[in-house]
Amino acid sequence: MNGDENKVEAEGFSLEALQAGDPVEFAHLVDAYSSKIYHLAVKMLNHQQDAEDVLQETFLKAYRGLKSFDGRSKISTWLFRIATNEALMVIRRKHPETVSIDEPVETEEGEQDPVQIVDWCCLPEEELLSEESKEKLDAAVQKLPERLRLVFILRDVNDLSTHETADILGLTDTAVKTRLSRARLRLREELSTYFGERKYELEKGQFTEPSDTTQKSLESRVLKPGKESK
Amino acid sequence: MMMESQKKHDHSQCRKLLGSLSAYVDGELDRRLCIELEKHMETCEDCRIVVDTLRKTVYLYHATSQTETIPPDIRTRLYKSLNIEDFLEK
Repeated sequence: MNGDENKVEAEGFSLEALQAGDPVEFAHLVDAYSSKIYHLAVKMLNHQQDAEDVLQETFLKAYRGLKSFDGRSKISTWLFRIATNEALMVIRRKHPETVSIDEPVETEEGEQDPVQIVDWCCLPEEELLSEESKEKLDAAVQKLPERLRLVFILRDVNDLSTHETADILGLTDTAVKTRLSRARLRLREELSTYFGERKYELEKGQFTEPSDTTQKSLESRVLKPGKESK
Repeated sequence: MMMESQKKHDHSQCRKLLGSLSAYVDGELDRRLCIELEKHMETCEDCRIVVDTLRKTVYLYHATSQTETIPPDIRTRLYKSLNIEDFLEK
Protein backbone atom coordinates (compact mmCIF):
# COMPACT_ATOMS: atom_id res chain seq x y z
CA MET A 1 0.00 0.00 0.00
CA ASN A 2 1.38 3.41 -0.87
CA GLY A 3 0.71 6.81 0.66
CA ASP A 4 -1.88 7.69 -1.94
CA GLU A 5 -4.01 4.69 -1.09
CA ASN A 6 -3.80 5.73 2.53
CA LYS A 7 -5.38 9.04 1.65
CA VAL A 8 -8.39 7.34 0.08
CA GLU A 9 -8.59 4.71 2.76
CA ALA A 10 -8.45 7.36 5.43
CA GLU A 11 -11.80 8.47 4.04
CA GLY A 12 -13.11 4.95 4.56
CA PHE A 13 -12.88 3.53 1.05
CA SER A 14 -10.86 0.81 -0.58
CA LEU A 15 -9.32 2.27 -3.73
CA GLU A 16 -8.57 -1.22 -4.90
CA ALA A 17 -12.22 -2.29 -4.64
CA LEU A 18 -13.42 0.92 -6.28
CA GLN A 19 -11.03 0.50 -9.17
CA ALA A 20 -12.04 -3.13 -9.56
CA GLY A 21 -15.63 -1.94 -10.07
CA ASP A 22 -16.98 -3.41 -6.83
CA PRO A 23 -20.64 -2.25 -6.73
CA VAL A 24 -20.80 -2.44 -2.93
CA GLU A 25 -17.86 -0.07 -2.53
CA PHE A 26 -19.14 2.23 -5.26
CA ALA A 27 -22.57 2.39 -3.60
CA HIS A 28 -20.74 3.21 -0.37
CA LEU A 29 -19.02 6.12 -2.15
CA VAL A 30 -22.29 7.36 -3.66
CA ASP A 31 -23.99 7.13 -0.29
CA ALA A 32 -21.22 9.11 1.39
CA TYR A 33 -21.05 12.01 -1.08
CA SER A 34 -24.29 12.23 -3.08
CA SER A 35 -25.83 14.62 -0.61
CA LYS A 36 -22.85 16.98 -0.53
CA ILE A 37 -22.54 16.93 -4.32
CA TYR A 38 -26.22 17.54 -4.86
CA HIS A 39 -26.16 20.56 -2.54
CA LEU A 40 -22.95 21.84 -4.10
CA ALA A 41 -24.72 21.78 -7.47
CA VAL A 42 -27.94 23.32 -6.14
CA LYS A 43 -26.02 26.19 -4.57
CA MET A 44 -23.95 26.75 -7.68
CA LEU A 45 -26.86 26.55 -10.11
CA ASN A 46 -29.95 27.42 -8.06
CA HIS A 47 -31.89 24.99 -10.21
CA GLN A 48 -33.04 21.59 -8.98
CA GLN A 49 -33.18 19.76 -12.32
CA ASP A 50 -29.80 21.04 -13.43
CA ALA A 51 -28.37 20.06 -10.04
CA GLU A 52 -29.78 16.56 -10.39
CA ASP A 53 -28.23 16.26 -13.86
CA VAL A 54 -24.87 17.39 -12.45
CA LEU A 55 -25.18 14.87 -9.62
CA GLN A 56 -25.83 11.95 -11.98
CA GLU A 57 -23.17 13.03 -14.46
CA THR A 58 -20.62 13.43 -11.67
CA PHE A 59 -21.00 9.85 -10.46
CA LEU A 60 -21.17 8.45 -14.00
CA LYS A 61 -17.91 10.21 -14.82
CA ALA A 62 -16.42 9.12 -11.52
CA TYR A 63 -17.35 5.51 -12.18
CA ARG A 64 -15.76 5.63 -15.62
CA GLY A 65 -12.75 7.56 -14.40
CA LEU A 66 -11.96 5.62 -11.23
CA LYS A 67 -9.43 3.40 -12.95
CA SER A 68 -7.35 6.45 -13.86
CA PHE A 69 -7.85 8.21 -10.51
CA ASP A 70 -4.30 8.60 -9.28
CA GLY A 71 -5.19 8.96 -5.61
CA ARG A 72 -3.06 12.07 -5.23
CA SER A 73 -6.02 13.97 -3.82
CA LYS A 74 -8.74 12.85 -1.47
CA ILE A 75 -11.49 11.07 -3.33
CA SER A 76 -14.00 13.64 -2.08
CA THR A 77 -11.91 16.46 -3.58
CA TRP A 78 -11.76 14.56 -6.85
CA LEU A 79 -15.56 14.19 -6.85
CA PHE A 80 -16.07 17.87 -6.00
CA ARG A 81 -13.76 18.76 -8.86
CA ILE A 82 -15.80 16.71 -11.33
CA ALA A 83 -19.05 18.19 -9.97
CA THR A 84 -17.72 21.76 -10.12
CA ASN A 85 -16.60 21.31 -13.71
CA GLU A 86 -19.99 19.87 -14.63
CA ALA A 87 -21.75 22.79 -12.94
CA LEU A 88 -19.47 25.30 -14.69
CA MET A 89 -20.35 23.72 -18.02
CA VAL A 90 -24.04 24.19 -17.26
CA ILE A 91 -23.44 27.82 -16.26
CA ARG A 92 -21.49 28.53 -19.42
CA ARG A 93 -24.03 26.78 -21.60
CA LYS A 94 -26.98 28.61 -20.09
CA HIS A 95 -25.26 31.96 -19.62
CA PRO A 96 -22.64 32.31 -22.32
CA GLU A 97 -22.48 35.99 -21.50
CA THR A 98 -21.22 35.18 -17.99
CA VAL A 99 -17.92 36.78 -17.23
CA SER A 100 -15.12 34.29 -16.98
CA ILE A 101 -14.72 32.65 -13.58
CA ASP A 102 -10.99 33.21 -13.72
CA GLU A 103 -11.22 36.89 -14.47
CA PRO A 104 -8.44 38.66 -12.58
CA VAL A 105 -9.54 39.73 -9.15
CA GLU A 106 -8.04 43.17 -9.71
CA THR A 107 -10.86 44.08 -12.05
CA GLU A 108 -13.46 43.48 -9.36
CA GLU A 109 -14.69 46.07 -6.96
CA GLY A 110 -13.02 45.97 -3.58
CA GLU A 111 -14.53 45.22 -0.21
CA GLN A 112 -17.72 47.06 0.51
CA ASP A 113 -17.75 48.94 3.79
CA PRO A 114 -19.92 47.17 6.38
CA VAL A 115 -23.22 48.98 6.77
CA GLN A 116 -25.10 46.67 9.11
CA ILE A 117 -23.51 47.06 12.52
CA VAL A 118 -25.71 45.06 14.81
CA ASP A 119 -24.56 42.28 17.09
CA TRP A 120 -26.95 39.40 16.47
CA CYS A 121 -24.55 36.71 17.73
CA CYS A 122 -26.54 36.38 20.94
CA LEU A 123 -29.66 35.12 19.16
CA PRO A 124 -30.53 31.60 20.31
CA GLU A 125 -29.29 28.72 18.18
CA GLU A 126 -32.84 27.59 17.31
CA GLU A 127 -33.45 31.04 15.91
CA LEU A 128 -30.18 31.15 13.94
CA LEU A 129 -30.74 27.66 12.54
CA SER A 130 -34.51 27.80 11.98
CA GLU A 131 -35.93 26.72 8.63
CA GLU A 132 -36.57 30.34 7.76
CA SER A 133 -32.98 31.26 8.64
CA LYS A 134 -31.71 28.45 6.42
CA GLU A 135 -33.72 29.87 3.54
CA LYS A 136 -32.14 33.26 4.17
CA LEU A 137 -28.69 31.67 4.19
CA ASP A 138 -29.35 30.04 0.83
CA ALA A 139 -30.86 33.18 -0.66
CA ALA A 140 -27.86 35.22 0.44
CA VAL A 141 -25.49 32.82 -1.34
CA GLN A 142 -27.54 33.11 -4.52
CA LYS A 143 -27.10 36.87 -4.45
CA LEU A 144 -23.33 36.59 -4.62
CA PRO A 145 -21.75 37.15 -8.01
CA GLU A 146 -20.70 33.85 -9.52
CA ARG A 147 -16.97 34.19 -9.02
CA LEU A 148 -17.43 34.87 -5.33
CA ARG A 149 -20.16 32.27 -4.95
CA LEU A 150 -18.11 29.37 -6.34
CA VAL A 151 -15.18 30.10 -4.06
CA PHE A 152 -17.43 30.46 -1.04
CA ILE A 153 -19.27 27.18 -1.71
CA LEU A 154 -16.09 25.17 -2.15
CA ARG A 155 -14.34 26.70 0.86
CA ASP A 156 -17.06 27.23 3.43
CA VAL A 157 -19.79 24.81 2.43
CA ASN A 158 -17.76 21.90 1.09
CA ASP A 159 -14.85 22.56 3.39
CA LEU A 160 -12.10 22.35 0.76
CA SER A 161 -8.76 23.96 1.48
CA THR A 162 -7.68 27.22 -0.16
CA HIS A 163 -5.27 25.30 -2.36
CA GLU A 164 -7.81 22.67 -3.42
CA THR A 165 -10.31 25.42 -4.28
CA ALA A 166 -7.65 27.32 -6.24
CA ASP A 167 -6.75 24.17 -8.10
CA ILE A 168 -10.35 23.33 -9.05
CA LEU A 169 -11.18 26.86 -10.22
CA GLY A 170 -7.84 27.59 -11.86
CA LEU A 171 -7.12 30.51 -9.52
CA THR A 172 -4.17 31.48 -7.37
CA ASP A 173 -4.37 30.88 -3.63
CA THR A 174 -4.34 34.65 -3.13
CA ALA A 175 -7.31 35.12 -5.44
CA VAL A 176 -9.23 32.45 -3.52
CA LYS A 177 -8.51 34.19 -0.19
CA THR A 178 -9.53 37.58 -1.56
CA ARG A 179 -12.75 36.27 -3.06
CA LEU A 180 -13.60 34.29 0.05
CA SER A 181 -13.12 37.41 2.16
CA ARG A 182 -15.41 39.45 -0.11
CA ALA A 183 -18.02 36.71 -0.25
CA ARG A 184 -18.09 36.34 3.53
CA LEU A 185 -18.37 40.08 4.09
CA ARG A 186 -21.29 40.32 1.69
CA LEU A 187 -23.01 37.37 3.32
CA ARG A 188 -22.45 38.89 6.75
CA GLU A 189 -24.10 42.04 5.50
CA GLU A 190 -27.13 40.15 4.16
CA LEU A 191 -27.51 38.04 7.29
CA SER A 192 -27.11 41.07 9.52
CA THR A 193 -30.08 42.71 7.83
CA TYR A 194 -32.23 39.68 8.52
CA PHE A 195 -30.97 38.68 11.96
CA GLY A 196 -30.77 42.31 13.05
CA GLU A 197 -34.47 42.65 12.40
CA ARG A 198 -35.21 39.33 14.09
CA LYS A 199 -33.25 40.49 17.12
CA TYR A 200 -35.12 43.78 17.20
CA GLU A 201 -38.48 42.03 16.99
CA LEU A 202 -37.57 39.50 19.65
CA GLU A 203 -36.28 42.21 21.97
CA LYS A 204 -39.50 44.10 21.55
CA GLY A 205 -41.02 41.02 23.10
CA GLN A 206 -43.72 40.72 20.49
CA PHE A 207 -42.82 37.15 19.78
CA THR A 208 -41.98 35.07 22.77
CA GLU A 209 -41.28 31.87 20.90
CA PRO A 210 -40.89 31.08 17.21
CA SER A 211 -43.72 29.19 15.60
CA ASP A 212 -45.06 28.90 12.08
CA THR A 213 -47.61 31.58 12.74
CA THR A 214 -45.17 34.07 14.20
CA GLN A 215 -42.63 33.36 11.48
CA LYS A 216 -45.21 34.15 8.79
CA SER A 217 -46.43 37.17 10.63
CA LEU A 218 -42.88 38.42 10.99
CA GLU A 219 -42.11 37.80 7.36
CA SER A 220 -44.95 40.02 6.26
CA ARG A 221 -43.73 42.71 8.64
CA VAL A 222 -40.05 42.90 8.04
CA LEU A 223 -39.35 41.52 4.60
CA LYS A 224 -40.53 44.48 2.64
CA PRO A 225 -39.96 44.48 -1.11
CA GLY A 226 -36.77 46.26 -2.00
CA LYS A 227 -35.18 45.45 1.33
CA GLU A 228 -33.16 42.71 -0.30
CA SER A 229 -31.80 44.74 -3.19
CA LYS A 230 -28.40 46.26 -3.02
CA MET B 1 -27.72 51.28 13.50
CA MET B 2 -24.49 53.16 14.05
CA MET B 3 -23.93 53.88 17.71
CA GLU B 4 -23.59 57.46 18.94
CA SER B 5 -20.09 56.84 20.23
CA GLN B 6 -19.01 55.52 16.85
CA LYS B 7 -20.08 58.51 14.82
CA LYS B 8 -16.95 60.46 15.62
CA HIS B 9 -14.74 57.44 15.09
CA ASP B 10 -12.15 57.69 12.31
CA HIS B 11 -12.96 54.76 10.08
CA SER B 12 -9.85 54.85 7.92
CA GLN B 13 -8.24 52.20 10.13
CA CYS B 14 -11.38 50.02 9.94
CA ARG B 15 -11.29 50.18 6.15
CA LYS B 16 -7.64 49.27 6.13
CA LEU B 17 -8.26 46.21 8.28
CA LEU B 18 -11.44 45.06 6.51
CA GLY B 19 -9.62 42.74 4.10
CA SER B 20 -7.90 41.00 7.03
CA LEU B 21 -11.03 39.99 8.92
CA SER B 22 -11.72 36.81 6.97
CA ALA B 23 -8.20 35.47 7.59
CA TYR B 24 -8.53 36.54 11.23
CA VAL B 25 -11.67 34.47 11.87
CA ASP B 26 -9.89 31.49 10.28
CA GLY B 27 -6.93 32.06 12.62
CA GLU B 28 -4.69 32.56 9.60
CA LEU B 29 -3.84 36.22 9.90
CA ASP B 30 -0.16 36.96 10.30
CA ARG B 31 0.95 37.86 13.80
CA ARG B 32 1.69 41.51 13.19
CA LEU B 33 -1.70 42.24 11.62
CA CYS B 34 -3.40 40.11 14.24
CA ILE B 35 -1.97 42.24 17.04
CA GLU B 36 -2.89 45.41 15.16
CA LEU B 37 -6.46 44.24 14.63
CA GLU B 38 -6.96 43.11 18.21
CA LYS B 39 -5.62 46.41 19.49
CA HIS B 40 -7.95 48.25 17.14
CA MET B 41 -10.96 46.23 18.30
CA GLU B 42 -10.31 47.22 21.90
CA THR B 43 -11.52 50.69 21.03
CA CYS B 44 -13.66 50.05 17.96
CA GLU B 45 -16.95 48.44 18.85
CA ASP B 46 -18.07 48.42 15.19
CA CYS B 47 -15.14 46.29 14.07
CA ARG B 48 -15.61 43.93 17.00
CA ILE B 49 -19.23 43.44 15.95
CA VAL B 50 -18.26 42.92 12.32
CA VAL B 51 -15.69 40.30 13.35
CA ASP B 52 -18.13 38.50 15.68
CA THR B 53 -20.93 38.45 13.13
CA LEU B 54 -18.53 37.44 10.37
CA ARG B 55 -17.36 34.51 12.49
CA LYS B 56 -20.97 33.58 13.21
CA THR B 57 -21.83 33.82 9.50
CA VAL B 58 -19.10 31.33 8.62
CA TYR B 59 -20.19 29.08 11.49
CA LEU B 60 -23.83 29.06 10.35
CA TYR B 61 -22.92 27.96 6.83
CA HIS B 62 -20.71 25.22 8.22
CA ALA B 63 -23.39 24.08 10.65
CA THR B 64 -26.21 23.97 8.10
CA SER B 65 -24.15 22.22 5.43
CA GLN B 66 -23.46 19.35 7.82
CA THR B 67 -27.13 18.45 8.12
CA GLU B 68 -28.19 18.73 4.49
CA THR B 69 -29.71 15.60 3.01
CA ILE B 70 -30.60 14.61 -0.52
CA PRO B 71 -34.31 14.46 -1.45
CA PRO B 72 -35.33 10.75 -1.52
CA ASP B 73 -36.69 10.83 -5.10
CA ILE B 74 -33.45 12.33 -6.40
CA ARG B 75 -31.46 9.71 -4.51
CA THR B 76 -33.58 6.93 -5.99
CA ARG B 77 -33.15 8.21 -9.54
CA LEU B 78 -29.40 8.57 -8.98
CA TYR B 79 -29.03 4.98 -7.80
CA LYS B 80 -31.10 3.74 -10.75
CA SER B 81 -29.05 5.74 -13.24
CA LEU B 82 -25.91 4.13 -11.81
CA ASN B 83 -27.40 0.61 -11.73
CA ILE B 84 -26.88 0.33 -7.98
CA GLU B 85 -30.54 0.44 -6.93
CA ASP B 86 -30.04 -2.82 -5.00
CA PHE B 87 -28.18 -0.72 -2.42
CA LEU B 88 -30.84 1.94 -1.97
CA GLU B 89 -31.90 0.72 1.45
CA LYS B 90 -28.41 0.89 2.86
